[in-house]
Amino acid sequence: MELLEFARGPGMFWSVVIFVIGVLWRLVGIVLLRSKADLSEPRNPAAWRGLRNIVMRSWPRREFLGGTVFNETMGYVFHVGFLVALFFFLPHLLFFRDVSQGLIGTSFGQVFGFSWPALPGGMIYFFSAVSVAALIAVLIHRLISPVKRLISNFDDYFSWFVTIAPLVTGMLAYSHVGAPYQTLLALHLLSVNLLLVWFPFGKLMHSFTIFATRSVQGMQFERKGASL
Amino acid sequence: MSNVNEQHPLETDQPRFSVKKPEVRFDRQGEMPDEQRVRKAMQNFVKDFGRVAALYMESCIHCGMCAEACHFYVTTEDPKYTPIWKLEPFKQAYKREYGPFAFVYRLLNLKHRVTVEQLQEWQELIYDSCTVCGRCSLMCPVSIDIASLVSQARHGMFQAGLVPHELWAVAERAEREGSPLGATPKVFRDRCEWLADDHEVDIPVDKEKADVLCAMSSIEIMKFPGSIVATAKIMKHLGVDWTFRSDGYEATNFGLLSGNSAWQKDMSMKLINAAVACGARVLILPECGHAYGALRWMGANLYGKPLPFRVMHIAEFLAEAVKGGHLKLKKLDKSATFHDPCQIVRRGGVIEAPRVVLEALGVELREMFPAKGTNWCCGGGGGVVTIHRADGLRYKTFQLKMKQIEETGAELPVTTCSNCRQTFDDGQAHFKWDKTMNSLLEMVADNLDE
Repeated sequence: MELLEFARGPGMFWSVVIFVIGVLWRLVGIVLLRSKADLSEPRNPAAWRGLRNIVMRSWPRREFLGGTVFNETMGYVFHVGFLVALFFFLPHLLFFRDVSQGLIGTSFGQVFGFSWPALPGGMIYFFSAVSVAALIAVLIHRLISPVKRLISNFDDYFSWFVTIAPLVTGMLAYSHVGAPYQTLLALHLLSVNLLLVWFPFGKLMHSFTIFATRSVQGMQFERKGASL
Repeated sequence: MSNVNEQHPLETDQPRFSVKKPEVRFDRQGEMPDEQRVRKAMQNFVKDFGRVAALYMESCIHCGMCAEACHFYVTTEDPKYTPIWKLEPFKQAYKREYGPFAFVYRLLNLKHRVTVEQLQEWQELIYDSCTVCGRCSLMCPVSIDIASLVSQARHGMFQAGLVPHELWAVAERAEREGSPLGATPKVFRDRCEWLADDHEVDIPVDKEKADVLCAMSSIEIMKFPGSIVATAKIMKHLGVDWTFRSDGYEATNFGLLSGNSAWQKDMSMKLINAAVACGARVLILPECGHAYGALRWMGANLYGKPLPFRVMHIAEFLAEAVKGGHLKLKKLDKSATFHDPCQIVRRGGVIEAPRVVLEALGVELREMFPAKGTNWCCGGGGGVVTIHRADGLRYKTFQLKMKQIEETGAELPVTTCSNCRQTFDDGQAHFKWDKTMNSLLEMVADNLDE
């Protein structure tokens, strides 16, 4: 089937190329900017301790919980659902193994010395469904919350679309609903292509930058003894 | 730049400085074409743009959670007060002109050019409704230090001549006269002399050499001169070799608050040069929030090398004296609650020191909720208390503070920032509240066990 061949062949290849070059371009563009040394006398010279912020900031302080319960809960649900579907579905693991063998001649598991088992398809379907439900909830919230509606732009809506599309098409392909399996699989792969192509340009980049922002603020504030 | 201050001088005899009546606002300074204003705003916004600021600008996920941390949003529920929205034109300009994909944004016109009308509209968001308190920076799940970006946006706004009238005028006056409130070197010397006579305490000014250089804020010199006396009494009690210097006494930094980095440097360098001139080992900063951040965390970077003396907030100095057993205090049989000044506590790191001093005073400390690093701002920091048109908004946020304090049931509200104190005094008068904010420094001086 032509569409499927394109999606898993040149489509996947070029979207990965755009993803890798785009991510590197954006990260290097930031890293190459100058960074002045802070000459003030640190209150706490062990600024590296601020790296705990990478983990700490994953859960809001008690004082902030009130107004953020929805965001926090839905955020966790759709991220976890997405990651489980991505990393624990057998066909995905086989795909990663093939990519790995194509790139380095062996599997990542053998190189890094660990691997993990796949979860049953039904369980993956459940996690995907929960993730889709949470994503729909956050979209509705974005549309009805005056704050989110005001600050949202094309990136927010398109990033939402390219995130939910692989989940929905994956579920359709798994359950063989609406079209022949090959067509659904092609749509699933095309949606992944789209996700990869958009990734470097929009807010999905926070998957990488979040570790840097949390580290930077953590270390800067720790150096001052300021609150984190 | 302009003669706004001469045309519309400020009333400094009022309980808080204000524009003379009838009020004529002058929120655009200088004469230049609109296009030039926008260009200057953006050039100066990105002038000091480094890796960290760019990283922050690249990372927002538009979750909107920062709104819940902002007292201006929480008390009005107006979405325009969402902290990250306050930076919108600057985010737009960053993406279009400066970011790694700027060429794509320009080529496809995905981000439009910022207009002068937009910047004028945003003046209220960058100045009137942001105290740079940094509470949002702690709420952000990505850890974007939004407050630091607002300060950077102010650099652009100042050079574009788009600063609220009063804030521009007090900053200009501070640069010209050495004080935003008319506390010139002569006024300061005279005041010290008068206070020394009146209170029979030695207030050394312009000693050639001293171990410790103390500074004051203009708010204290002009409105709370008790702070000068309190400092002198405590230094005498501790037997410290100290002085004030008329060439470096003013710790407030309206260059920083208004966004003029050259003036900020001028103001900081006066203190640094005075400390160097008298060979001080320690420079003690007064009860003033932004003064602490300006010198403790930015001073060395403006000086270009590490400072050859230690910089301390007065509360840190008092806490060390308590811990060292040098400061003997009478016990107060009262309950107190401590208002955490944002730039000293949350962003400055002086979190426990004021509490150590309060414990030494024997008060029963009843903490507010939230307290310490997440305490609510008084609403007047970042220059907001100077901006008249922001009064209504500021009073709304002040109700958060009144509620917090009332809930503790404490007899004495205490803080260690004269700008917070001024904001509390103004709020107290506005709401006819029965609580008066106290100065930690003055409480210590009033309870020295001689």
